[in-house]
Amino acid sequence: MNKNIKKYWKSEIELTDSSKVESLRNNEFVEKLPVDDILSDKNSLENSNTNRRDFLKYLGFSTSAAVLASCEGPVHKSVPYVIQPERIRPGISNYYATSMFDGYDCANILVKTREGRPIKIENNKLAKFHGSANARVHASILSMYDSARIQGPIHLGKDISWDDFDTKIIEKLDLLRFSNKPVVLMTNTIVSPTTSKIISSFTEKYPNVTHVEYDSISESSVLDAHEMMYGIRAIPYYEFDKAKYILSIGADFLGDWLGSNYDADYAKGRIPVKIDGTASMSKHIQIESNMSVTGANADSRIPISSSLQKLFLTHLYKKVSNLNIQLPELDDKLSSNLNQIYDDLISYGSSSLVVCGIDDIHAQILTNSINDLVKSKCKSTSKISLLRQGKNKKVTDLINKIYNQEISGLIMSGVNPAYSLPNSKQFSESLEKLDFSVNISMKMDETSSKCQYVAASSHYLESWADFEFINGEYSICQPTIKTLFDTRQPEECLLKWSNSSESMYETLKENWTTNILNSNDSWNKAIHDGVYSLDKKVNFNNNSIDVVNSINALIKNKTKNFELFLYSKIGMGDGQRANNPWLQEFPDPISRVSWDNYLTVSKKDAESLGLKNYNESNGALNSNYAKVVLEDEEIKLPVIIQPGQAIGTVGISFGYGRTLGVKSEMKTGSNAFLLYKDFSKLQDVEIKPVYEIHEFACVQLHNTLMGRGDIVRETTLELFNTKDKNYWNPIPVVSKDHIETPVNKREVDIWEEFDRSIGHHFNLSIDLNACTGCGACVIACHAENNVPVVGKREIRKSRDMHWLRIDRYYSSDVSFEDDNKNKDNISGISDSLTVFGQMEDPNENPQVVFQPVMCQHCNHAPCETVCPVAASSHGRQGQNHMAYNRCVGTRYCANNCPYKVRRFNWFLYNNNDEFDFNMNDDLGKMVLNPDVVVRSRGVMEKCSFCIQSTQAVILKAKNEGREVDKNEFNDACACSAACSTGAMSFGDINNKESEVYKRKKDERVYHLLEYVGTKPNVFYHTKVRNIDKSI
Amino acid sequence: MKNVRSFFTLFFSLLFFSFYSHSQDVDISKGKSLFNSNCAACHKLNKNLVGPKLAGVSAKYEKEWLYSWIKNSSAMIKSGDERAVAIYEEWNKVAMNAFPQLSNEDIDNILAYTDYVPEPVVTAVADAGAVQLQSESSISTDIILAVLIVILLVLISMLYLVNKTLRAIALNNGIVIEKKAKKPSKPIWILFIQNQFLVFCSVVFFLLSSAYFAYGWLMQVGIDQGYMPIQPIHYSHKIHSGANQIDCQYCHSSARVSKHSGIPSLNVCMNCHQNIAEYNGEEDLELGYTKEFYTNEIKKLYKAVGWDEERRIYTGDTEPVKWVRIHNLPDHVYFNHSQHVNVAGIECQECHGPVEEMEIAYQYSPLTMGWCINCHRESDVKVKDNDYYTKIHEELSKKYGVEKLTVAQMGGLECGKCHY
Repeated sequence: MNKNIKKYWKSEIELTDSSKVESLRNNEFVEKLPVDDILSDKNSLENSNTNRRDFLKYLGFSTSAAVLASCEGPVHKSVPYVIQPERIRPGISNYYATSMFDGYDCANILVKTREGRPIKIENNKLAKFHGSANARVHASILSMYDSARIQGPIHLGKDISWDDFDTKIIEKLDLLRFSNKPVVLMTNTIVSPTTSKIISSFTEKYPNVTHVEYDSISESSVLDAHEMMYGIRAIPYYEFDKAKYILSIGADFLGDWLGSNYDADYAKGRIPVKIDGTASMSKHIQIESNMSVTGANADSRIPISSSLQKLFLTHLYKKVSNLNIQLPELDDKLSSNLNQIYDDLISYGSSSLVVCGIDDIHAQILTNSINDLVKSKCKSTSKISLLRQGKNKKVTDLINKIYNQEISGLIMSGVNPAYSLPNSKQFSESLEKLDFSVNISMKMDETSSKCQYVAASSHYLESWADFEFINGEYSICQPTIKTLFDTRQPEECLLKWSNSSESMYETLKENWTTNILNSNDSWNKAIHDGVYSLDKKVNFNNNSIDVVNSINALIKNKTKNFELFLYSKIGMGDGQRANNPWLQEFPDPISRVSWDNYLTVSKKDAESLGLKNYNESNGALNSNYAKVVLEDEEIKLPVIIQPGQAIGTVGISFGYGRTLGVKSEMKTGSNAFLLYKDFSKLQDVEIKPVYEIHEFACVQLHNTLMGRGDIVRETTLELFNTKDKNYWNPIPVVSKDHIETPVNKREVDIWEEFDRSIGHHFNLSIDLNACTGCGACVIACHAENNVPVVGKREIRKSRDMHWLRIDRYYSSDVSFEDDNKNKDNISGISDSLTVFGQMEDPNENPQVVFQPVMCQHCNHAPCETVCPVAASSHGRQGQNHMAYNRCVGTRYCANNCPYKVRRFNWFLYNNNDEFDFNMNDDLGKMVLNPDVVVRSRGVMEKCSFCIQSTQAVILKAKNEGREVDKNEFNDACACSAACSTGAMSFGDINNKESEVYKRKKDERVYHLLEYVGTKPNVFYHTKVRNIDKSI
Repeated sequence: MKNVRSFFTLFFSLLFFSFYSHSQDVDISKGKSLFNSNCAACHKLNKNLVGPKLAGVSAKYEKEWLYSWIKNSSAMIKSGDERAVAIYEEWNKVAMNAFPQLSNEDIDNILAYTDYVPEPVVTAVADAGAVQLQSESSISTDIILAVLIVILLVLISMLYLVNKTLRAIALNNGIVIEKKAKKPSKPIWILFIQNQFLVFCSVVFFLLSSAYFAYGWLMQVGIDQGYMPIQPIHYSHKIHSGANQIDCQYCHSSARVSKHSGIPSLNVCMNCHQNIAEYNGEEDLELGYTKEFYTNEIKKLYKAVGWDEERRIYTGDTEPVKWVRIHNLPDHVYFNHSQHVNVAGIECQECHGPVEEMEIAYQYSPLTMGWCINCHRESDVKVKDNDYYTKIHEELSKKYGVEKLTVAQMGGLECGKCHY
């Protein structure tokens, strides 16, 4: 073989055992079809029942039958209501305010229902707190239409009626009560005042029952520290909007940290608005080991291991408190960082906030102390968050009791310990041995399958409830549909079993009218609003704390091998929604991988372990596996080389590896809870590489921008404040007659311009400063536009159907700015090859930027001109129309689109067993939006700027005989309506009063690939970083 | 128009009333109008409604009792009058409205009306007369036809005879009637084949016309203009919308606000049909649409909605009606009724045709895209009194230099306005 020819290989085997591959290559078909065998075997041919003539007869008959059947048009039946409910009018959406809490996520939401069936979740703007849904809450609506739900009560694997079920349970409970055998009620955190009452009356009736709250991902250290220092076991209420300086040590507060939604508050401080020529914004430093969404949004990020973070924290405390104590030294880089951070912390004073995500009570004590020392006003002194209550000690005790068979009965609700406990196997075995076990659950999951009794639970959209997420801030959860199956919400079960004849609604109303509502506030209004506020304040004690003890505890531990930090992904959370195809296909904001969890390792560690990530020729991402060993547990999972991962650390996300109660397609990834020993996210593990190939479904091929400043623009606050706009946000120039001409000049435009000043002209504004990459818009778009789920295999072929994607770019140099300089300094082709080659590689600690990209609705759209059948055309209102029924599927438009936002239906994704997701069963189809057509195979689709909703807004104004209100269009687009941070704003720029018009006039505005001259109707705002060179 | 039966009833009863009114000091016709304005909402003469039937009520109770009952029934119930309480209990504890405005004289008139029994003999006679009349007329047309046919046959035979005689006379006079000699000629199809030009032209014509018809046939595939399916309940728009002048949007109320015009739910039907249990309007005997037929259809409604006619309650035992949908746009088309009905103020008939004349509803318009677009090109936008259009109309009419804007000029031809 000629040595100069580069060798390409498809798999490892090709390199090692080429003879086998060679022989495979020569055979077009892997297995030979036994045609000759059949034809030569006269005997069997003659004896066969079907001869050639029969075959032709059948063929002819079936063809003619098909032809005859297709001659008659289908008859459609319309069945009106017998008695039409008052507020339901076919074709008109109703909105109900409700709220949800599933032990992990919480939100105050509006539910959009059509003809009585909930189809979408929206934000409740009346709510002052937690008024926005994250990606999982948006997707939770699909969990109601989940075909894997259990549809009635089950006893020992057999269906049973509720009456029999109740009789049996009450009998058993009475028996246990009389013999005074201990029974435990194990639930998720209860934040509901009414449910707490129901549980206490249940334990009153059965004094042998004790109640234990269990959080699958524990926040016990924060709670314990708070209790120790301030006398109240609660989560501090952080006000990120007041913080000018945020130091986060391992806290992923834009992710799932403490179960709160901090995005909106955080983003408020992140938008630089110039007042008298100077803008200010908050400064955010993140010290962490895994690359989290929060770290990606930080101005400066210091990737260090958690044990170093602890040490750093003690040093910081020492400096802030002027404590005289001997500590192990930090290295030079870190101590200079420490000095800088200390100076900033002191200079920002009470506007600074320190948060810490380390599962260690001592770390939390130090964090609280630092906040108290700098007198931070960003930690509320009157409000507390009640979202997590689980106490590790109690749960551990309970589990030990179960192992030792010290309790006789276990009633569970809202938890799945057989999946989420580290030693789940032992738990399952002990559970089976219990005298009495009940699970109130929506699924036949890992826990339910081991229980004697399974009470089919209702979805929150079918239930009544109330919540108090923050003290004094109440929410009501009301049903938006009658129970789909023969199910009951957990509270109703407990009420029945405590022999109460009241329904949940009656109990709730009674509790509210007597205990919660002020005498002059109405119950109906509370239900209508979904939220209700009472001026309730808590008083904190100031207990004295032995800080030195904490410091000593923190500096003690050192990891021997690799330090594993477990985290939760924005898509999957704690894994209770694993059967949700929207969430499975949701690409992780950081890794852009869907349908998997993985081990994140730093590049350096990967090299030393010999682990590889590489792309196949079609762009699909492959990787090696690694075995993660912790004591007796061992899990094998694929590897992602994560830029920004601290050296010596690895990360795995929770929520994957479900085995029961989920469809086979959703059984993805590995269960990281197996490594969650002692409820600590921090573990000391051994990593063993496994040189097998794993196939990932990763939607983003390029990790870096390669210095293309026309895609993402960013600058620093300093430049933004001091330099002219043309310096940090210049308009691109193109050459005309060898003269550089700005691309927005008329003479370089080859297009005829249309007059768009009349009527509406829609624009979407996306502020890269406010976008945290949370992905709520992606799921909201899915729900609104009936976007199909295509599955892992198709995603791997880059056939994802997301109308809206959030691109994530790393910088190849330390910052994007350096990237650009690097690119500009290229001279000559050979130089460019090497430099670009280097630029493809993300930096060890890169800057990260998120950029939502959807159809840019170009006024001069390249896709429209190439369509041979004019299926794509432009509307006067600025929208790029896509007539699906006209499309013949040439895909010219997608090829000519510079933004790659058009999506092609390679297959029929509905009613197709090959794509067995929600669009393949009658139940899952109930979530479809009736105003948007379900596309068929062979047509192109893309973002439409939610034209169905913009038209609906216009029609509403016409029907009411008025002009459209200035910001009425903002909620028309599913993405901008879902955006909690205000990063997206949609509206009519011909209305000079609208928010989007004001934003269009901002000097940070730029267009994506502006030099192409497409004149998009989507515009972005240059990202401004509050960067300090010293960190 | 009233039918014959009721006409006769009315006629005779009027005669009778005038006679009756003279004989006693009460006025039946006055009583009738009082009954209709005050009592008919809850009572019928021969049928229980919300309240009991009233025919012959004066025989059951003495006048004085009735006076005080009608003027204030609830007072009587309170006072514990035995019979009053019994009625109250029997009729679901719904007290009758008080009518203090009625004088004793008025009540006498009403009672006279409720006591009056139109003599069945009279109507029977009238009916018989009508039937006789009808049969007579049909016999006479048959006879006329037969006579005409006979006359025709006679004429034909006469002509034949005349012809025969004339020929015989001519033969006798020695006149030879020449027969035309036939030229030996080629059959026309051979001549046709020989003329190549003609063949060419006709082949072209044949191909073109077949292409025309084939295209025409293909283009009507999926177009259901004139589609008139049989519905589970024979609902006549002609009676409701035509004869009774019920507004379209009384039943199809969501057309004003929603994209769907909506098939009315059965409780809307029951708004009227709670009191209209039988059909008394015009009949079409040829097509079999008799009163009994229509009344039977109302019974189907009662069955579907679960209405017990006798006890006048909903049983809760419903059978939703599965109507056959007539107008059915493909899924990829968005159409909104409220835009057209409420904003544009278009009459329903413009698209749905003369619904008020349809005994059986059918699809009047082709509902093709061409049909939509033509209308959008030709129709002006109704901008008057709608503030939404004020600004845009002003600017656009200046731009196009026209006073009135068509839907097309407003952007109503853009693909994305209807397809998403």
